[in-house]
Amino acid sequence: MSAWFGIEGVAHLAFWVVVGITLGGAGLAVFPRNILHNVVGLILALSGVAGIYLFLGSMFIALMQLLIYVGAICIAIIFAIMLSRPLHLEVPVRRLPKVVGGVGAALVFFLGLLGVIVKTCWQAAPERGTDWSIKTIGDLLLTRYDLAFEVISLVLLVAIIGAIVTAGFSRRLSS
Amino acid sequence: MNSLSTYLILAAMLFCLGLLGVLQRRNLIGMLIAIELMLGGASINFMAFNRFLAPEPAVGQIITLFVMGIAAAEAAIGLSIILALFRQMRSINVERAQRLSG
Repeated sequence: MSAWFGIEGVAHLAFWVVVGITLGGAGLAVFPRNILHNVVGLILALSGVAGIYLFLGSMFIALMQLLIYVGAICIAIIFAIMLSRPLHLEVPVRRLPKVVGGVGAALVFFLGLLGVIVKTCWQAAPERGTDWSIKTIGDLLLTRYDLAFEVISLVLLVAIIGAIVTAGFSRRLSS
Repeated sequence: MNSLSTYLILAAMLFCLGLLGVLQRRNLIGMLIAIELMLGGASINFMAFNRFLAPEPAVGQIITLFVMGIAAAEAAIGLSIILALFRQMRSINVERAQRLSG
């Protein structure tokens, strides 16, 4: 009984640590003025989200999250920072009405979401499958979600070509 | 820890932090970072519904994969636009990008 409680307690502790990392990283990604601190916060928050996916029972999605977000998107953002903004440029002052408006809007939205979450009576589907395996995901991707899979491949191709054209064309324009 | 509401509230907090970032930042890269946070919150919602309510546990994971793909495409396009804008204006403050404002 005590061993079971111990494992459960450790799992609880780990869960709240992961939640803390996620929210702390999100705060670090939004509030500081230095853009590099924001990127570090984003990396923390997205790693925390990967941990949340682990608790939600999907190792595969957690690894994908680490690979795509932390490994690709954050590195691309760091590249863009290095290429764009000299860090010695002055940061613009924050105007109070804009900050108050932003905080108010986000707070109202959050309270609305909270009301919906608490008030709704969530009901699980009457019969639920238990098949979490990667094999099923691959099967579904190539059968039922074939069209979406192809379309997202096309979207990625167009996005990459568009990114190259946009960045390259502006270089020719300005030089 | 094992209830749907915990995950939903966490996702709502992430989403609202991202919304706050989009509304108050003027650094374009900061806004992009905030948008990534919002997408992360939405993905947590999908995975939580997938874990607790959905009839087929593979579908939510597939949707989360698609969200990641869209996020990668969005980051690539957004960063290249930011680079182009920086070359034009020597700044990535959104309030300087007002050539089209009347």
